[in-house]
Amino acid sequence: MSTVITANEAILHGVQGDSHAEHHHKETFITKYVFSQDHKTIAKQFLVTGIIWAFIGGLFSVIFRLQLGYPESTFPWLEDLFGHWAKGGKIQPEFYYALVTMHGTILVFFVLTAGLSGTFSNFLIPLQIGARDMASPLLNMLSYWFFFMASVVMISSLFVQTGPASGGWTVYPPLSALGDASMGSKIGMDLWLVSMALFIVSSLLGGLNYITTVLNMRTKGMSMTRMPLTIWAFFFTAVLGVLSFPVLLSGAILLLFDRNLGTSFFLSDIVVAGKILPNEGGSAILFQHLFWFLGHPEVYIILLPAMGMSSEILSVNSRKPIFGYMAMVGSLFAITVLAFLVWAHHMFVTGLNPYLGGIFVLLTLLIAVPSAIKVFNWLTTLWRGNIRFTPAMLFAIGFVSLFISGGLTGIFLGNSALDIHLHDTYFVIAHFHIVMGVASFFGLFAGVYHWYPKMFGTYLNNTLAYIHFWVTIVGAYLIFWPMHYEGLAGMPRRYYDFSTWESFKMFGGLNEFISLIAMIVFAAQLLFIINFFYSIWKGRKVTTMNPWDANTLEWTTPIRPGHGNWVGEIPEVHRWPYDYAKESKDGKDFIMQNVPVGDDEEKH
Amino acid sequence: MSTVTIEKKTKIHPHKFTLWVGIGSILMMFAGLTSAYIVKRNQVNWTTFDLPVAFWYSTAVIILSSITLWIAVKAFKERLMSRYRTMMAITLVLGVIFIILQIVGFQQLWTKGITLQANVSYSFLYVIVGLHALHVIGGVIALIVMSLQAFNTKVRNYSIVPVDLMNTYWHFVDILWVYLLMFLLMIR
Repeated sequence: MSTVITANEAILHGVQGDSHAEHHHKETFITKYVFSQDHKTIAKQFLVTGIIWAFIGGLFSVIFRLQLGYPESTFPWLEDLFGHWAKGGKIQPEFYYALVTMHGTILVFFVLTAGLSGTFSNFLIPLQIGARDMASPLLNMLSYWFFFMASVVMISSLFVQTGPASGGWTVYPPLSALGDASMGSKIGMDLWLVSMALFIVSSLLGGLNYITTVLNMRTKGMSMTRMPLTIWAFFFTAVLGVLSFPVLLSGAILLLFDRNLGTSFFLSDIVVAGKILPNEGGSAILFQHLFWFLGHPEVYIILLPAMGMSSEILSVNSRKPIFGYMAMVGSLFAITVLAFLVWAHHMFVTGLNPYLGGIFVLLTLLIAVPSAIKVFNWLTTLWRGNIRFTPAMLFAIGFVSLFISGGLTGIFLGNSALDIHLHDTYFVIAHFHIVMGVASFFGLFAGVYHWYPKMFGTYLNNTLAYIHFWVTIVGAYLIFWPMHYEGLAGMPRRYYDFSTWESFKMFGGLNEFISLIAMIVFAAQLLFIINFFYSIWKGRKVTTMNPWDANTLEWTTPIRPGHGNWVGEIPEVHRWPYDYAKESKDGKDFIMQNVPVGDDEEKH
Repeated sequence: MSTVTIEKKTKIHPHKFTLWVGIGSILMMFAGLTSAYIVKRNQVNWTTFDLPVAFWYSTAVIILSSITLWIAVKAFKERLMSRYRTMMAITLVLGVIFIILQIVGFQQLWTKGITLQANVSYSFLYVIVGLHALHVIGGVIALIVMSLQAFNTKVRNYSIVPVDLMNTYWHFVDILWVYLLMFLLMIR
C-alpha cells in the first residue's frame, strides 16, 4: 500500500526531478468525474454546483421583487408553484422572509464563496504556480463533497413544512435561537446551522490546501514575487477563510446549544407568546461579535478572488504589464489585515461604546487607502493600453467600475454618525450589492469567460457574451442606483410591503421599475447558463495552446490537460508574469514566464 | 513504479504544513470561544466555581501520553519497531483514559449542581472542554488507525510522515488542554 501511494504522490506533488510525469492509471467514470481528485475536475464541480445555486438564489430575488414591485397584484401561478406559501397568488410574509434569507445565504456562501473561490483557486493555483495538483488531492476532494453535503442539507431545508431559516442571512439571536419565535426558526434553522457547519468544514479543507499549495508546491524559479496576482489573491482569500470561519463555527455551535440544549449564551429576559423564558445572563450582542468577526472578512473572501482575476485579465487584454505589481500585493495584504479589524462597523447602532466606534470608523476608512491604490493601478494598467475588448475584459472593466461606485458609498457607511441614519436602509442594500455582490459576480464572469477555453477546450459564444455583459452592467446600475436614493430617504430594508406606509408610498413606481429590471437581468443570466452548457459540447474548438497570448503557466499545458497537467517536465519559471508590450524573439508582444531571460534583458 | 523519490530535505512536507495551518484554524475557534467567555465574564450573572479533581488527573495523563508518544517517535526513527508498537499502544490507552477522565469530571460537576443549563458560566466550561475533548477523540481515532498499522505484520510502513503528523497533532491537543486549564483557572 505504502509504495504505491508514495510513488503516486511524488507525481502529483511534482517533487523536483521526477521523470515519470505521464502516469496512466485506469480511470473509471466514477473516479474521473464524480470522486475525482484532479483539481481541474473539482474546480468544474464547484463551478457547476455554484451555477445551480446562483440560479436558485437569483430566482428567489426575482420572486421577492415581485412582492416589492407589485404589492397589490396577485400571481396565481405562484400558488401553483409554492402552494400555501403563496396563498391566493400572493407571497405570504413568512415566505417573503424565507426568500430574503435564503437569497442572502445562498449567494454569499454557496455561490460567491464556494462557487467563486472554490472554482478558481482549485483551477488556477496548480496551473499557474506549476504544480501537478494540490498539496493534498484527497482533502481537496473532501472539500467539494462537504460542500455538496452542505448543499443537500440546505436544499432539503427548503422543503420542510415550516420552511427554511427566515431570520436574515446573519441569523441573529434571539429570533434564530427560539423555535417559537417564528416559522423559520424551527427545523429550518437547525438545518441552516448544520449546513453551515458542513460548509465551514469544506471551506477550511479547501483553504488549508490552497495555502499549503501556494507556499510549498511552486515550480522551480516561481518565487513569491513572480506569482500572478490571481495566486496572491487566492492565497490571501484562503488565509482570511482559515482564520475567520472557525470563529463563525464557534458562534454556530453556541447557537445550536442555545436552540437545543437549553443554554443561555445569547438569551436573556425574553417573553415569547406571553410566556417568560427561563434563560438568563446571555447576550445577543455577543453573537453579533462572533458573527461579524467572520462576516466582515467574508466580504473580502468574496471580493479578493475577483480582484486578482480582474488584475490578470486587465493586464493580458491591455497588452501591458500590470501597473505597480508590488503595490497590488501590498494592498491585498493590507486589506487582509484590516479585514480582521473592522467587524464592529456592522454594529455601530447596537449600543456599542461610541469611543470604541470611533476607532472602528478610523480602521474602516483606512481600507479606502489600499482600495484606492488598487483602483489607481487598474486604471493606469488600462491607460493607453492596446485594449482588446473580449467578453472577459469587459467584465473585468465592469468590475472596476462597480468597485469604484460601490466602494464610494462604503465611505458614507463607515462613519458611525452617518450610520445612525443609513443603517438598515436600502442604502446599505445598494452599497453591498454593488461592491460585494455584483462586482464579485463580474469577477466570476470575467474568470469564466477568460479561462473557459482552458477548462473545456472550447470557446463561449461571443455574441451571447456581449449581450450578457451589457444587459447585466446596465441592469445592475438601474437596479441599485435608485436604491441609494430610497435609502437616503430612510426606506428600511427587510420590509414586506411599503404601499401602506405613508412615508414610502411614493416609491411605488420606483420599486416597480427596479423589479422589472431585476427580471430582465435575471433573464440575461439565463443566456449565460445556456451559453455555458451549450459551449461545453458544441462550442468552437480551441486550436492554439495560448488563445489570449498570455504569459502565465496554464497556457503552456496541452489544450485539454490530463491529471498531472504537464506532459513531461514542469516548466521552469524565469520571469514575472506581466512581460507584455515587450518584443519577444519571435516578434510577439509578450514573453511567457517559462522563457529564459535574454542577454539584453534585466533580471526580474 | 519504483518508490525512489528525491525529496528536498530543507522543505517542510506539504501535509505537515497543512497540519500547521489547520492548527492555526483550530486555535482561532478556541480564540473565538475564549474571547466570548471573557466578554461574558464582565457582564451580570457570572459565577465562579472550582474545577473538578478529575481534570487534574486528566492533565497528568495527557502530559504522560505526550511523553510516551515522543518515545514512540524516537523509537520509530531508530527503527526499534517493537518499542514503537508498545509506546503507541500505551499512548492510545492514555488518550482513552483522558477522555474518560473528562467525562468523569463532567459528572462530578453535574452532581454538584453545576449543570449545562444552570448558568452561562457553566455552559461555557462544558462547550470549551467538550470541544477540546472532541479534538482529542479525533487524535485517538488516528492513534487507533496507526496502532493497527503498526501491529499489522503483512504491510510494513517506514514512512516518517504519518508518525510525524500524529506527533505534532497530539502535542498540540496536549498543549491546548494545558492552556485551556490555565485559562479556566485564572480567568473565572
